[in-house]
Amino acid sequence: MMTGGIVNLAIVLLLMALAAWAVLVREAFLAIAGFVAYGLLLSLVWVRLYGIDVALTEAAIGGGLTGAMLIGAVSRLRGTEAAARSERSGASLHVVALLLSLGVAATLALCVLALPDPAPTLAPQVIENLAATEVGNPITGVLLAFRALDTLLEAIVLVIALIGVWSLAPDRFWGGRPGLRYESDPDGILAYFARLLPPLGIVFAGYIFWAGADHPGGKFQSATLLAAMWTLVLMAGLADTPRIAHRGLRLGIVIGPLVFIAIGVLGLFSAGALLAYPEGWAKPMIVVVEVALLPTLTLILGLLLAGPPLRHDRPGSKA
Amino acid sequence: MNIETLFGLGAAALVGIGLYGLIVLPHPLRKIIAFNVMGSGVFLLFGALAKRGAVAGLLADPVPQALLITAIVVAFAASALAVALIVRLIEATDSASLASDPPEEAAQ
Repeated sequence: MMTGGIVNLAIVLLLMALAAWAVLVREAFLAIAGFVAYGLLLSLVWVRLYGIDVALTEAAIGGGLTGAMLIGAVSRLRGTEAAARSERSGASLHVVALLLSLGVAATLALCVLALPDPAPTLAPQVIENLAATEVGNPITGVLLAFRALDTLLEAIVLVIALIGVWSLAPDRFWGGRPGLRYESDPDGILAYFARLLPPLGIVFAGYIFWAGADHPGGKFQSATLLAAMWTLVLMAGLADTPRIAHRGLRLGIVIGPLVFIAIGVLGLFSAGALLAYPEGWAKPMIVVVEVALLPTLTLILGLLLAGPPLRHDRPGSKA
Repeated sequence: MNIETLFGLGAAALVGIGLYGLIVLPHPLRKIIAFNVMGSGVFLLFGALAKRGAVAGLLADPVPQALLITAIVVAFAASALAVALIVRLIEATDSASLASDPPEEAAQ
């Protein structure tokens, strides 16, 4: 117990140091490197807090995808860093910001110390009703049965975010391909790994997806892994991003929310409430929703990373 | 000190660090990183609360944990939109400045 406490304390101190590094260091690239390490350490914290599902998501998205996206952005923003430094805010703002941050942190800390005992919890209700959903992982039960509305709205928010990113495309490239066309040595190490890893990644993602019903895992973690494999293939130049005008692509993006809504409306008639599952049909319905959400999440995560469309197929029209 | 309180206090510090960076850093990309630090502080606080809700044979309350997974994915989508906006801002104005005055005047 004693060593566990020391480990926890060390993790918290390291986490705060990495956060300070990501905020205070001079170079944006170094800040991002710190932020990726921060995300990975945070997933270790989730393991310590018994949130294995959260840890998987944090490692894949908080550390992996966000880091990749920021590194992609910083390489395009390099020239603007020096100019931004010249408009560094005045000393008075620093003092006010410091006082405000200390005030907010201190207030939160006091709230943490004044939390009620015993803590409010919904765990007993989840355990009581989990059997009705026929899934063994309480988190999957919450995501797709007890709080299915949150998951549905989240999928819709993702679609809207992608539409937002796409709408930033210059008019002439609308309907074109997102991101830059990557090229690499076809016999190089990157192309080698981009051929070697995706089959393993797909099998692993399939396992995480299916095991998510009863163990940590599920569609979010699985979709992130698939999106990462897709990005690897894109970056090695083995494949190109699809045109955003492609009908199949657009169908794949909206299929998850559409199936989810259809099953939700079906619940109105078969079980008397929106997003309710008829008795005995919960597990098959949940599986259908998860299968439909998988391509949606994979495509949206990958395309958010790729960014707005920047080019058409015609030679010479590259951005 | 138990683990929930320790990580809860750490989360409060992370929110403070992120908020400070969000206000004082001039470059918008750095603001996004700071905002993500702040957001993850909120998530961690929520996770500590989930751990406090451990009863009935569960090691943590699964409801906040499930919402955290949703939150992490949405935070990524919001960051991606913010990054796309910044890249577009720079393409359109050749500057990443968020100042209301042009940079030349602000520097004087």
